[in-house]
Amino acid sequence: MTTATQTIEQFANKEYEWGFVSDIEAEAIPKGLSEDVVRLISTKKKEPQWLLDWRLKAYRYWTTMEEPRWWPNVTFPPVDYQNMIYYSAPKPKKQLKSLDEVDPEMLKTFEKLGISLDEQKRLTGVAVDAVFDSVSVATTFRGKLAEMGVIFCSFSEAVQNHPELVKKYLGSVVPYNDNYFATLNSAVFSDGSFAYIPKGVRCPMELSTYFRINAKETGQFERTLIVCEEGAYVSYLEGCTAPIRDENQLHAAVVELVSVGEGSQIKYSTVQNWYPGDKDGKGGIYNFVTKRGACRGRNSKISWTQVETGSAITWKYPSCILIGDDSVGEFYSVALTNHKQQADTGTKMIHVGKNTSSTIVSKGISAGRGQNTYRGQVKVLKGAENARNYSQCDSLLLGDKCGAHTFPYIEVKNTSSTVEHEASTSKIGEDQIFYCKQRGLSAEDAVSMIVNGFCKEVFKELPMEFAVEAKKLLGVSLEGSVG
Amino acid sequence: MLTIRNLHAKVADKDILRGINLTVKSGEVHAIMGPNGSGKSTLAGVLTGKDAFEVTEGEVLFEGKNLLDMKPEERAGEGIFLAFQYPVEIPGVTNNYFLRASVNSVRKYRGEPELDAAAFLKLVKAKAKVLHMPEDLLKRAVNEGFSGGEKKRNEIFQMAVLEPKLCILDETDSGLDIDAMKAVAEGVNALRSKDRAMIVITHYQRLLDHIVPDFVHVLSEGRIVKTGGKGLALELEAHGYDPIKAGMATV
Repeated sequence: MTTATQTIEQFANKEYEWGFVSDIEAEAIPKGLSEDVVRLISTKKKEPQWLLDWRLKAYRYWTTMEEPRWWPNVTFPPVDYQNMIYYSAPKPKKQLKSLDEVDPEMLKTFEKLGISLDEQKRLTGVAVDAVFDSVSVATTFRGKLAEMGVIFCSFSEAVQNHPELVKKYLGSVVPYNDNYFATLNSAVFSDGSFAYIPKGVRCPMELSTYFRINAKETGQFERTLIVCEEGAYVSYLEGCTAPIRDENQLHAAVVELVSVGEGSQIKYSTVQNWYPGDKDGKGGIYNFVTKRGACRGRNSKISWTQVETGSAITWKYPSCILIGDDSVGEFYSVALTNHKQQADTGTKMIHVGKNTSSTIVSKGISAGRGQNTYRGQVKVLKGAENARNYSQCDSLLLGDKCGAHTFPYIEVKNTSSTVEHEASTSKIGEDQIFYCKQRGLSAEDAVSMIVNGFCKEVFKELPMEFAVEAKKLLGVSLEGSVG
Repeated sequence: MLTIRNLHAKVADKDILRGINLTVKSGEVHAIMGPNGSGKSTLAGVLTGKDAFEVTEGEVLFEGKNLLDMKPEERAGEGIFLAFQYPVEIPGVTNNYFLRASVNSVRKYRGEPELDAAAFLKLVKAKAKVLHMPEDLLKRAVNEGFSGGEKKRNEIFQMAVLEPKLCILDETDSGLDIDAMKAVAEGVNALRSKDRAMIVITHYQRLLDHIVPDFVHVLSEGRIVKTGGKGLALELEAHGYDPIKAGMATV
């Protein structure tokens, strides 16, 4: 075996660092899914009738649907939806008034993950909403944000305190009957984050949600809703980890972004690091997520940046519907698959308004036996005069047992539009690695440097703190994979 | 500084080096010349630890240490530098970043403290000035989109920053026009010192007009067949390698 391959393999075999389990007592409902379970969740969350009705509508519709097997290059055994717990909440369940009341074991868990929920200890201006299993456990800097009219809280709290906003926007971008997993989420979603930025406010700090699945045999179904009014701006970050478990766990989230007003901007960044399964492909999270944003206002903008290193299977296409004239959609993605991970990810850019523009930059890295697919759709509707799209999809292969695939779908109904697509596939060469070694770098540092260079265009879109995190994460996810 | 004894090496199953003996002392500049396929680049690869080459016999000592037991990055740490014949591109990684990682890896190997960004920048700027390296080249990705001349100059620049003990220049003149070659040679000459040795591998004598060697060795079929002073290069230029090969045959 060549050293290049050896290093790639060492890189790929690095253990998952976030795989510990916290000993926190949880209140869970019995396994299985039925109308009663949906009602039970709603009751536990003291929801208004309209929301229960919405959930039930989704549940009933879901029972008529079939689990999708969309793409032949992603394979997995059937998911047993009755052998899963749909609601698990850490005890005690009473409303927490301050961080002092949060279970110390939970605080420890988040500290271990590098997420300090203690506002005093946070050095940077990032407000965090921590979601543990199904519920939000703490949201920081709430008071400071409220002074500016920014609402940042758990989804459940938003339902209680701002029902008019939730009612207006819930399902407005991803309808309850959108797809199998979004519909399932609509029926059983447990919690998530809610953010509302009023007219003219530039949110002074990064808002962040940290998702952690802890309990066994539990699915996580969170929902995030972000609404930005005229001239408002927010940058939102999302991070995720889960313990090492032998069985697969389902994560079916829905994220809806609404850039309502003229000139509103939402920047959404994800560093997804769910447990990917072991090197033989045992265990790991099925990450089947629906993320979509609507640019409704003139000159509004939605930008997705994602770094996907975890999950056994990733299925997600963060999308933008560009309705307002001159609106802008962006998608920057790094997806890494190692061992037996499968990722099928990309974006959809739907151009509806005039002079709308979109940019897609996708970087896929495959190592081990990983399969990495970019699947993207660019659709220019009839009325989208002068719409522009630029797509760039690059794949990097580490080793010779992995795969990279690119499926761009382009549909143009307006002749004044411009759509460009570029794609490339490259392999980390022995020559590159030897060159670095001759300059004193270890093989692992060399691979990490080459991979980071490859991802540079995406990393520069991430907020500073996250970019550092993402670089480290790539290093770790690849460890045991090169030479 | 460097002692090579009876070195044999092969690539795939082909014997390339068949008993090289060479001693290089600090301060010396040795030119290695020879026709295509004589083993010049293999020698550079073996000295720096490139995988593709398998050493089957002999030993190489660098400052008394067994070089062949070391990994490529350890050899770099010990102070061996190879200016590549074909410098490799690393997209997205700036020259500056790459070089700093390199300098700090080498310093770490030697047990020296790493240079912080400010100290590194100071060092790089000073070296860039000496070598007339345009500073914008430092901000560009490693060798990406560089012209042939820029790539070779970049190698010499890295050499200047890393301050190695033994510099191996593998056909540094290939693909360069006369002006670019002069610029590169000037850079190399600026780095000549009594504490540093150089092995200059080249096809042509023209480079040696600018980098004047103390010794010239002729490599043929994996062995050094003739050693002389700088005059030997001129002789080769005039008559080619054939007379030497022919001489060998009659021995």
